[in-house]
Amino acid sequence: MSAATETLVPFDEAISRYDPVMGLEIHIELNTATKMFCGCPTEFGAEPNTQVCPVCLALPGALPVVNAKAVESAIRMGLALNCEIAQWCRFARKNYFYPDMPKNFQTSQYDEPIAFDGYVDVEVEGETFRIEIERAHMEEDTGKALHVGGSTGRIHGADFSLVDYNRAGIPLIEIVTRTIEVPAEKAPAVARAYVSYVRDLIGGLGVSDVRMDQGSLRADVNLSLKPKGSDVLGTRSETKNVNSFRSVERAVRYEISRHAGILDAGGKVVQETRHFQEDSGTTLPGREKSDADDYRYFPEPDLAPVSPSREWVEELRATLPEPPAVRRARLQADWGFSDLDMRDTIGAGALDLIVATVEAGTTPQAAKKWWLGEMARRANESGQDIDALGITPQQVAEIQALIDAGRINDKLARSVFDGVIAGEGTAEEVVVSRKLEVVSDDGALGAAVDRAIEADPDAAQKVRAGNLGVAGALIGAVMKEMRGQADAGRVRELILEKLS
Amino acid sequence: MSTDLTRKTADELAQSLAAKEVSSVEVTQALVDRIGAVDGAVHAFLHVDAEGALATAADIDDRRAKGEQLSYLAGVPIAIKDVLATKGMPTTCGSKILEGWIPPYDATVTATIKAAGLPILGKTNMDEFAMGSSTEHSAYGPTHNPWDTTRIPGGSGGGSAAAVAAFEAPLAIGTDTGGSIRQPGALTGTVGVKPTYGGISRYGLVAMASSLDQAGPVTRTVLDAALLHELIAGHDPMDSTSIPDAVPPVVAAARRADVKGLKIGIVKELGGEGFQPGVEARFTEAVELLTSAGAEVVEVSIPSLKYALGAYYLVMPSEASSNLAKFDAMRYGVRVAPAGVDDPSAEQVMASSRDAGFGDEVKRRIILGTYALSSGYYDAYYGSAQKVRTVLARDFAAAFADVDVLVSPTSPTTAYPLGEKLDDPLAMYLGDVATIPANLVGIPGLSLPVGLADEDGLPVGLQFLAPQKADDRLYNAAAALERMLEQNWGGTLLSRAPELEAAR
Repeated sequence: MSAATETLVPFDEAISRYDPVMGLEIHIELNTATKMFCGCPTEFGAEPNTQVCPVCLALPGALPVVNAKAVESAIRMGLALNCEIAQWCRFARKNYFYPDMPKNFQTSQYDEPIAFDGYVDVEVEGETFRIEIERAHMEEDTGKALHVGGSTGRIHGADFSLVDYNRAGIPLIEIVTRTIEVPAEKAPAVARAYVSYVRDLIGGLGVSDVRMDQGSLRADVNLSLKPKGSDVLGTRSETKNVNSFRSVERAVRYEISRHAGILDAGGKVVQETRHFQEDSGTTLPGREKSDADDYRYFPEPDLAPVSPSREWVEELRATLPEPPAVRRARLQADWGFSDLDMRDTIGAGALDLIVATVEAGTTPQAAKKWWLGEMARRANESGQDIDALGITPQQVAEIQALIDAGRINDKLARSVFDGVIAGEGTAEEVVVSRKLEVVSDDGALGAAVDRAIEADPDAAQKVRAGNLGVAGALIGAVMKEMRGQADAGRVRELILEKLS
Repeated sequence: MSTDLTRKTADELAQSLAAKEVSSVEVTQALVDRIGAVDGAVHAFLHVDAEGALATAADIDDRRAKGEQLSYLAGVPIAIKDVLATKGMPTTCGSKILEGWIPPYDATVTATIKAAGLPILGKTNMDEFAMGSSTEHSAYGPTHNPWDTTRIPGGSGGGSAAAVAAFEAPLAIGTDTGGSIRQPGALTGTVGVKPTYGGISRYGLVAMASSLDQAGPVTRTVLDAALLHELIAGHDPMDSTSIPDAVPPVVAAARRADVKGLKIGIVKELGGEGFQPGVEARFTEAVELLTSAGAEVVEVSIPSLKYALGAYYLVMPSEASSNLAKFDAMRYGVRVAPAGVDDPSAEQVMASSRDAGFGDEVKRRIILGTYALSSGYYDAYYGSAQKVRTVLARDFAAAFADVDVLVSPTSPTTAYPLGEKLDDPLAMYLGDVATIPANLVGIPGLSLPVGLADEDGLPVGLQFLAPQKADDRLYNAAAALERMLEQNWGGTLLSRAPELEAAR
């Protein structure tokens, strides 16, 4: 079945007759140095099968050992999500066969998660919605199958398949919400706001890179519809691995329209997993889920139970940063930013960069000027993230300090950025090596002014006659000769002195 | 004392090596020759590494000559059950599915043995993935009991026990999930010990049932078992179920050998009906010896024991069904294309490989375990079995509140003829009825040879059980009994075993 054959009901029409019931699952890859159950490194993008050992390859006899750092990250995450932390919990085996699963069971948590019964409050258009968290549990990632040959990169039509086990055993946390029921028209935005909120919350903890584009944060959207006024839950679909906030919102909208189309036609929604299509904004069916799925969970006998002491949990609670919303409100007040400034800052992903630049001794206004101006422009031109340009908040602060000291101006600063990004040294070294320092020496400037006056007697005459606006042309000529390094204010003074 | 090096105990060899009366190369060569002479009749080994063992022996002799400080057992050869990973040496678990697999890593037990300088003679035969009580379920053919080669040696560690009983190795490593060290020990007249669960690392032990599996020593004397136990025991950070505590002083206990004032409980439920008369007779005599040496003997009841076998045959296959899922032809082992399929799917290749690679008993247990864990049956089967374990542990704790150690016959019968119970799995399962409870509750057990049954002239074993982490009590009591028995017999029981060369 392809998307084209689906009968969709327009969203507004669909929500006039049905209410959506959602559940969201977010998988977060932890940024621990080693895997969940062995000492293999977790670096992204390594050569296939170079980060593997007997344990994560499930060689006969190898045994897992829990990564204590991953448990710590899971507890901090649970606390940030306002969860209870289990006094005692176990891992379980989720048994099923798949070529990229080395053990053919996934070591996960089942009925005894490390964190449970939490909530977060998210805001949509000034209204707050409480999303209840059922659980956050630890598990390991599987390997990755690569299908070679064929046009789609999928298994159908491929000549052969290869398996990369580098990912196998990477620690994951899965955060599962309770049923989310919000006013139908708000559901897509609430879903997006929730995923975005969790991304910021977890990002603030420093336990994950939370990069949706690299798959370190993946969202699954479970959705069903019930006719307005009915209590009977419909059959749900599970849209897997949605990989941007916008896509979360679109996936919810699309599934509402699609389910309504099926129900209106008297059909039955199939319980299945679906894949979101970025280009078309639609979903396509994946594996059909049936009642035959039986993971035969049982407690993992190879691992000792996890029983974090209450003292440790409280120590970890004390390390939690402020929640993102509180932090933003505080920063906005401290910096005196308008709502618009703040929204632009967050939208550009520059909040932490500005914080760091301010901490390095720059005013918030100056920091914002560079990050939302020059750096945003460069990022946009090169198609990079603003934090991947190769310049640090510390370096921005150093350049601003040179401006504040009058040694360079804003225009020269752009060349300094070029030099620093090109790796030519510190801002100071770039200023020296590229000879960018502003010239305010009257001797050199005076001579340049004399040459400018001589070269343009017409303009000089007009200035003498009191038409001071024409001085700009002479200043421009001096600046050109001095390659932008003249102190413009002093040049103007010298011109006026000489022509008075 | 025999001058034949193959007949010496590990302790005697260790002393002779330390005194430089003999070299490790001489000892190792004698054993390699013995294996060459008799293993055709016994089939204790799946793989013999004469070259590797002699190289280790030469290295140890060299280091000893230089005056290096060596471990007590350095230079004493050993055989290892083929269920433990040995780097560079085939490891098959007695299964076709791992035929030709050479692990790139060592089990912790193997690594410890290598570091201590014990020449590894080879890998011993076993029931496939340790599933069986007779070593007839090996994909590479059965092992024969050195006492009577028409009979089973017990299982699943029949290869290790037979190697020791046939004087092919003074020491062997076995693994015990429901009795696989102790039951073959009893049937071959050797000493077999299942240490406290977690006392010896499971890292590199190819799992049958993770919560039950335990490696341990197979030897000809209690002291030898203690020496090997102390060598391989201890905490391993690679095994999260490994006990962090200090190793119990088992060697000191074996040397002490004093049961005066010791309280010994006879487990009422492990004897009587279903136990062979000759087994009962030797057991009763042994208990009388213990009494005569000053032990106080009382009868103890463990009412929940009647549920142990049932619980075991739910837990064990459940865990096994999951542990064996990794044998899917993706990373190692045999890969078999399905017959008559042009473009097979990954699932079809997995299925046909598993079909070709696993034997009947393994398939039987995978199916049983898959069923017991499946939704709707979990509570009734796996869940209930775990509850039985809890109750059983409580009952044992209550018994150990009154007595220091418990005793029973190790196996209800002596070794039966090959093939007799092969088609009757339930009858075969009953052979482990006395040994299984220790695995379910994680306590240590030791089987000691206590004589020959009158009706068939085959060895009988007596099992000692002790509380968790009190392994030393087993060695103390068993060594005391062993000393009295050997005085009566004028030597070890094994000295009465038939000469295999003559039998051939």
